[in-house]
Amino acid sequence: MLGVPMKVDVVVMPKQSVLDPQGVAVRNALKDLGLDSVESVRVGKFLELEFKTLPDEAKLQEVCRDLLSNPVIEEYTIRIA
Amino acid sequence: MKIAVVQFPGSNCDQDCLRALTDGLHLPAEYVWHKQTSLSGFDAVVLPGGFSYGDYLRCGAIARFSPIMRAVVRSAKEGMPVIGLCNGFQILCEAGLLPGALIRNQSLRFVCQSIWLRVETGDTPFTANLQGRRVLKMPIAHGEGSYFVDERSLETLESKNQVVFRYVDETGDVTAGSNPNGSIHNIAGICNEARNVLGMMPHPDRAWDRKLGSEDGKLIFGSLAETLEPVVSR
Repeated sequence: MLGVPMKVDVVVMPKQSVLDPQGVAVRNALKDLGLDSVESVRVGKFLELEFKTLPDEAKLQEVCRDLLSNPVIEEYTIRIA
Repeated sequence: MKIAVVQFPGSNCDQDCLRALTDGLHLPAEYVWHKQTSLSGFDAVVLPGGFSYGDYLRCGAIARFSPIMRAVVRSAKEGMPVIGLCNGFQILCEAGLLPGALIRNQSLRFVCQSIWLRVETGDTPFTANLQGRRVLKMPIAHGEGSYFVDERSLETLESKNQVVFRYVDETGDVTAGSNPNGSIHNIAGICNEARNVLGMMPHPDRAWDRKLGSEDGKLIFGSLAETLEPVVSR
């Protein structure tokens, strides 16, 4: 374990209630490419964080809420790898 | 009276704002670098447009944590007039001084054009001289200017007259065609509940001389100046 960075993955997605024009454009492009059955696409962000030691859970939640996502329009999930 | 124009790394309308204030309206204004921590000596603050911190992560997301923002939040809570233009509006939303968020334009395109906007309330320091639903002409230039807010907050904004500007057609009517970015309820600018913090996507800082296509921006800075110094002694 020593010297191996700890990885935390954060996925940030637009909320369902928020129109995602990027997702709509990608969906339309997929249809144009012959993927007829595609219903919807939503485009989010994937952030890969590396730590020397695993951070405090509360601190991690705080930065996800305050910086990495905007709770008005986005939701995040944290995955500790 | 002295007005601060905050410079973040990536601001690109800071000079427009300063020139609008000093050359356009002959008001005392100075730059304040984002690393500064105090706004003492200033009576109002402008957060200019641009691409602060390259708009990385989200527009305004990183600028919101710049040292000067603590002073901006503190001063805003104490009642100092704060105006955020374009990227400045995005920063004010990220900082929680204004509700909602600015998301990608519905068209996915950067829009750079002149638009019409209607003044919805004269009850702010920035629109005090603009009673009677005046229609103004101003440029916009943004890729992420579609105003979004959840339904409950939208109701509050509308019922408390916090919608300050709406995109309209030339005759002053709110139409789908006059909405350049997909903003909810054609919202172009809002204020906080205390009415001293204003955010707007259009650029009054690029509309203060006939050579620029419009002088209507002067009306907003002019209102602010007269609110700060009601006795016309300038």
